[in-house]
Amino acid sequence: MTKEEAENGRDDMLIDGCEPEQGQGNAVPDGFNVNYLKVYYVLGLHERHGCNLPIYYNGLLKSNLLVVLGFRDAYDKLKQRKSQQEWKEMLVLQAVKEKPAESMTCNASRFDLDAESFKYSSLHGLSLFDVLSVTTSIDSLYLDGKHPACDQSYFGRREFSFTLDNDIYLRFQSFNSASELENAVKEKCPFKIDIGPVYSVDPARRHAYAQAGDNVFTPMERELVFDIDITDYDDVRYCCSGACVCLDCWPLMTVAIKVLDTALRGDFGFNHILWVYSGRRGVHCWVCDTKARRLSNEQRAAIADYFRVYKGNENSNRKVSLMGPALHPFLARSYTDVLRKFFEEKLLISQMLFSNEERYEKILEMIPDESITAELRGKWQENRRSSIGNRDINVVRWEQLKHVLQSGKHKGLRRCVEEVVFSYTYPRLDMEVCAILLLSHPLLSLKGCVCVPIDPNHCEDFDPTTVPTLSKLLEEINMGGLRAEGDDEWDRTSLGKSVRYFRAAFLQPLLKSCKEEIEDSYSAKIEQSKNSQSW
Amino acid sequence: MEIVRSQRKPSASHDVDVAPTLPIYRSAPALEVRLEDFELFAIDRLRVLKGISDGLSRGKKPDELEKLVTDLWKAHMRHPQTSEVVNKDIISHFVLRLVYCRTEELRKWFLSIETTLFRYRFRPESSDVQLSVLLMMLIRLAFEFQKALMAEFDLPYKAVSNAEYEGLKDKLSQVARSIGQSLPSGNYGSLSGISDRIFYKVPFEEVPELVASRRVYIQKGHAYVAMNQVVSLVVTQFRSHLSKALVLTNRKWTSIIREQEKDRLTPIVEALSTGYLGPDYSQPKEYAEISLKDINQVAKTSFPLCMRHLFEKLREDHHLKHGGRMQLGLFLKGVGLKLDDALAFWKAEFSRKVGAERFDKEYAYSIRHNYGKEGKRTDYTPYSCQKVISSTPGVGDHHGCPYRHFSEENLRAALGNMGVSNRALEDVIDKVRNRHYQLACTLTFEAVHASSCDAGINHPNQYFSESQKIMESKVNLLS
Repeated sequence: MTKEEAENGRDDMLIDGCEPEQGQGNAVPDGFNVNYLKVYYVLGLHERHGCNLPIYYNGLLKSNLLVVLGFRDAYDKLKQRKSQQEWKEMLVLQAVKEKPAESMTCNASRFDLDAESFKYSSLHGLSLFDVLSVTTSIDSLYLDGKHPACDQSYFGRREFSFTLDNDIYLRFQSFNSASELENAVKEKCPFKIDIGPVYSVDPARRHAYAQAGDNVFTPMERELVFDIDITDYDDVRYCCSGACVCLDCWPLMTVAIKVLDTALRGDFGFNHILWVYSGRRGVHCWVCDTKARRLSNEQRAAIADYFRVYKGNENSNRKVSLMGPALHPFLARSYTDVLRKFFEEKLLISQMLFSNEERYEKILEMIPDESITAELRGKWQENRRSSIGNRDINVVRWEQLKHVLQSGKHKGLRRCVEEVVFSYTYPRLDMEVCAILLLSHPLLSLKGCVCVPIDPNHCEDFDPTTVPTLSKLLEEINMGGLRAEGDDEWDRTSLGKSVRYFRAAFLQPLLKSCKEEIEDSYSAKIEQSKNSQSW
Repeated sequence: MEIVRSQRKPSASHDVDVAPTLPIYRSAPALEVRLEDFELFAIDRLRVLKGISDGLSRGKKPDELEKLVTDLWKAHMRHPQTSEVVNKDIISHFVLRLVYCRTEELRKWFLSIETTLFRYRFRPESSDVQLSVLLMMLIRLAFEFQKALMAEFDLPYKAVSNAEYEGLKDKLSQVARSIGQSLPSGNYGSLSGISDRIFYKVPFEEVPELVASRRVYIQKGHAYVAMNQVVSLVVTQFRSHLSKALVLTNRKWTSIIREQEKDRLTPIVEALSTGYLGPDYSQPKEYAEISLKDINQVAKTSFPLCMRHLFEKLREDHHLKHGGRMQLGLFLKGVGLKLDDALAFWKAEFSRKVGAERFDKEYAYSIRHNYGKEGKRTDYTPYSCQKVISSTPGVGDHHGCPYRHFSEENLRAALGNMGVSNRALEDVIDKVRNRHYQLACTLTFEAVHASSCDAGINHPNQYFSESQKIMESKVNLLS
């Protein structure tokens, strides 16, 4: 069957129920289409729960949701009671067919796809939406736990907010159980899900409490989150700008992960840290330790400031200032273990930092001594073609600069070398995020890219350009999903590895430590009450 | 605390004269206070707090602040009877708690200034290395005292053992060097040697300000706090204690005191808070209407540099990052831009960069939010100079106070564009060098308007309304 035939024959195919040939009929075009999301919800929901498809769709039929979603054909077919298999194909194909070009271009950026959450659905018997976020997996322990010390209200006090189609923004949603949340997602089909804090009282009923007076509506816990955007590095990368990322500038993110991860674990003693590729232009870091969730705003700001060396704004030249006769151990360690090596061995060459006047002037600007800058400038301007042999011009010039600054002749300028390296490589954190209450779902993605976790121990292997897209996943499910309805269906898709990492390295240890905490506090309580009884 | 209208009663403090001179205001004392004193003491303390607040917004360094606090305290908090000094301190503190417990904004201000006051009164003068024996004794006393205070706050900290200290010595001395101090290499006999070797191991959460400025070594969640940094620990405790107390006071105030005291204390309390903090510009009053078509003109004539800069950048880039949107957006609200106009204004610019649809979806919400139409529905107040000055703009940011955050070169250019003459410009730069940012802004105002501004600039919206007043009077003169 040629491609053309396949397209022409699409309707027939549906009617006849014949299986499309692999790689052709199943091909889902790249890019983002809002209908992918809808199909995703529908298929994902169904497959996770193994419920009877027609029954589920009967629900859809009743609520008219299919028509609302634009699956008019599907709606019609539903009336004819087609088989499950046909349903699935039809929906996927329908989604492809209805992909409107214009909605792709102008809407693409705002649709966050909640693909990832579906992957974790089969975890440990937790239901799909328990793992809607990393955090709800903690919540769900409280929820599912039969343990007497479980705080049953915990999950219900967590705020969710949905962004629906037509820019309807629903804040302060809360749910008493995973299935309630699940139903809400099914019903409302949100494009974007934000996760708020766990409040002192149920956020949906905050007004009722406000009148009671005593029980104040105030946030109690929320995860500690950092956001690093590649767009913030535009002044030190020459390969891309804006939201673009390539393999030459991505290592800047890798370095950021290494520096921060080491400090979050080693200095601050956090253990449950999740790094995710945001699917667009950077990485998010979620710190989920109980201790981290209970930090006050002031304490959060203190951590952010601890990490902060980059003080430049658009209206001043000096970007980094490292004062004092010595570096703080954290900065010194970051410098010797990560930054220097990365700057000299990678960034210098990949971004060609000294290759032309405009670029090296930017570095010379950071040296406050004019005689030195004049000397170097002179050398580089005339020496353009002289005997540097086969050596890379960037490396040579960097060595010259270092030599002059570190020769000892110029006191007080030694720190300059470090300042340059820090300016170019040190992680640039988005500080605002630390204070904002609502946090984007860590596993959401944009533009059809799926967010995937990054293993900080192997972060240099991560390649943002090969991250699975939603269309690719749909295609894979479409091909494989029909045959097996097993638990680990995701294993066969390109997300399999990410899922395994997420479970083994992050989720399980987190659940375990939460459980231990609950048990510890419970047994402490028992112990206490025993003691008081013996009196 | 009881308040009596007339004759003073014998103070209870005669036999407690050994009490520490620095109270921690654990609970309101059972004292009787004359009504006049109730107000007078509070006003005196307010003068101190206001002075500190001004000092902070000028970006004063710790040692300057320390001097400022000492001077202010001496100037205002004296009492003819020595025995009453401590009482005046305590009474004024508790009166102001009542005054400043009533809204989130007031609580925030009071908390931050009282904490600063506490910190600088607590600080023993110990940084000098050349210590005579006498000074050492004093310090020893101060340390004793700090320990006593720590006991009162129930801080369960133990000093790091010698073995642990040896293991961490290199790191600890690296931190000490990084903040310009040195760790004595173990003059075991000397007092300074011992006290400098005492470190407390505490959860990092308890010393946020030391963590923020990287003045402590942190390992596995524990900060190693040097003896001379202990003040930070106590300050944190003081702050969190006061913060909770303010919330409780507020509850008591709204449920009981306000009504009970409506003829006596309530009017005093309510008058005290407004008299000294100035208006918060959350409700535009005097020049309530500013329309979209005037905004360009008004921006040129009456915006302070911080807002003018944001405004121009917005026109130029058709975009501002979050900090800039907040600073300018709330200012415009205070100036009297209606919500609908604000939406139209931001949309006109942003849509040229991100498209109208994306504006509606991503940015409109936060504008409505600022006007109290979304989320918590708080009507947010425009930023004061203090807030603008203390912000920390990063890459791509244009907000903040130009006098503080611009390089001198850029500031000169910006002032030139505003039409500040060369001579005035040098005066402005001079103020900036001494970190008198608000004075620099005031001088700019005077240069641009050719008119004096005696009150000084302490709020961007105040700059605007002062400017409008002058503009209006000029128009009136002409007509």
